[in-house]
Amino acid sequence: MGRIFFFIAEALRALRRSSAPSLAAIVTIVMTTLLLGVFIPVIKASSTTTENVQEQLSLRVFMFADATKKQTKAAQRKIDKIPHVESTKYVSKKEGLETLRKDIGQGPIGEGITQLQGQNPLPLSIVVHPDNANNLRSIQHDITPPGPNGKPKAISPGIESVSSGQGAADAIRTVTNAVKVVLSVIAVLLLIASLLLVANTIRLSIYARRRDVEVMRLVGATNWFIRWPFVIEGLLVGVTGAAIAVGMLWVGKVTIIDPLADNFLLIDKFSTVGFVPLVAVLLGASVLVSALGSGITLRRFLRV
Amino acid sequence: MRRRPPIVELRDATVVYPGGHVALERVSFGIDRGDFVFVVGPTGCGKSTLIRTLIGEVTPASGEVLIAGQDIDRLPKRRIPYLRRRIGTVFQDFKLLPNRTVYDNVAYTLKVTGAGRGEVRRKVPEILRLVGLQGKVHNYPDQLSGGEQQRVSIARAFVNHPPLLLADEPTGNLDPETSIGIMQLLYRINRTGTTVLVVTHDREMVDKMRRRVLALDEGRLVRDQAGATYHEESTSEFGVRVRAEMGVGEGHTNGEPAATTPPGA
Repeated sequence: MGRIFFFIAEALRALRRSSAPSLAAIVTIVMTTLLLGVFIPVIKASSTTTENVQEQLSLRVFMFADATKKQTKAAQRKIDKIPHVESTKYVSKKEGLETLRKDIGQGPIGEGITQLQGQNPLPLSIVVHPDNANNLRSIQHDITPPGPNGKPKAISPGIESVSSGQGAADAIRTVTNAVKVVLSVIAVLLLIASLLLVANTIRLSIYARRRDVEVMRLVGATNWFIRWPFVIEGLLVGVTGAAIAVGMLWVGKVTIIDPLADNFLLIDKFSTVGFVPLVAVLLGASVLVSALGSGITLRRFLRV
Repeated sequence: MRRRPPIVELRDATVVYPGGHVALERVSFGIDRGDFVFVVGPTGCGKSTLIRTLIGEVTPASGEVLIAGQDIDRLPKRRIPYLRRRIGTVFQDFKLLPNRTVYDNVAYTLKVTGAGRGEVRRKVPEILRLVGLQGKVHNYPDQLSGGEQQRVSIARAFVNHPPLLLADEPTGNLDPETSIGIMQLLYRINRTGTTVLVVTHDREMVDKMRRRVLALDEGRLVRDQAGATYHEESTSEFGVRVRAEMGVGEGHTNGEPAATTPPGA
């Protein structure tokens, strides 16, 4: 027991004496933990968003440009009979253009649509809602089953193509993946920075206490007895930084996220990480990083 | 009575530093328990290497170094700290911790070797009384004179009552008057049964105390003589003249009587 107090006393003594580098390391760890504490739920939430988008997905069946309204309605009736189809909707040329204009909004392409001046190049189409997003492919397959020559052949002659919206989902997935990669890279860089700053703190501490270390070795302190105060110093830096960050995250959760969750039910839909496991992960990571930082430095600079 | 092995024994010990410098070359000698031995020689002759070898900081390239019959080369690395707990070391530059008081400097040694609080409270005042610093317990090293600092360093080395005390130029930074006090202290420690090995340049001290002298030159042991002086008397005209000048020599044992000197090699 006496030993542990001795180690902690020595570590605190060292932290007091080299407060500037310790503070730099603590601030970096606060930043890292804070950003990780935001990134992890955001990444988790963006994955859920992708799932949500897929749930909203529908098929769009486009008719040939010269297909009549009658042909289209006939096709719609056929599609209605396909299993897993929940509902279908006939989209006229006018409605199609309006939807397109709404989706595109202002900008050069929007201007272009306005400049069509009454002409409408859009074909008639049918929106098909599946009972479950997972059945999209099977419905698409049923609308255009493979013909005798192996090529897909539509169940109705007026159908030109079926757009599954899979492209949109893929695009969203690409974006979220890119966001994930960028956030991960930033997180890793911050972790490395924290590691190096903890290592630097310990290195300066070893330098400041080289006489103590020399004396300890001379009078026969064991290697681990010499190392422990430095390890504890690193851990104190890491845990202090993480504790401050967790405190800030908690304040943010109580003041920003919780009221939002009360007011908007939609936030419940994001299955993000719970606060307690998140804190556990963050504290674990900071302890790991600071222990690693101290360990590497001790190995390199404390020849015992 | 069973004969115990010498506290220090070197058998053909050779120490080579990285880069090929031979610091000790086939050095052999033994020191019995309770001896008081001087190691003399010019700068760079291997005296400090000898000390560093004895505390296991450098390992001999060949030959054997035995402490209390234990070959320290065969000692596992993690046992070296325990070896050092049984060897006190004193240096010319004291190696005190400047931001700790006299008391804490000595207590530090006990704490880092795992002593309990009660042991620290009992031993530290006792050893500080022994070295005559009971009035300076709460002073910091820079508030002390050189002699007092060296006393702290001796107190620290001796607080565990090790069987062997190594002193590397303990009076190198001190004036003659203070040096005498330090030597008296080392001698008092020697009389408690601790073997004392003093590396020194202090010719006067060696000549006065008339103890066993090991002379090193360029890493080789060139003389091992009991009750001797700094320079070999028969060949050193300088020594003879100096002794004549100072009135020391046979029959003038100003230090301790030469008769107690154990037989040398």
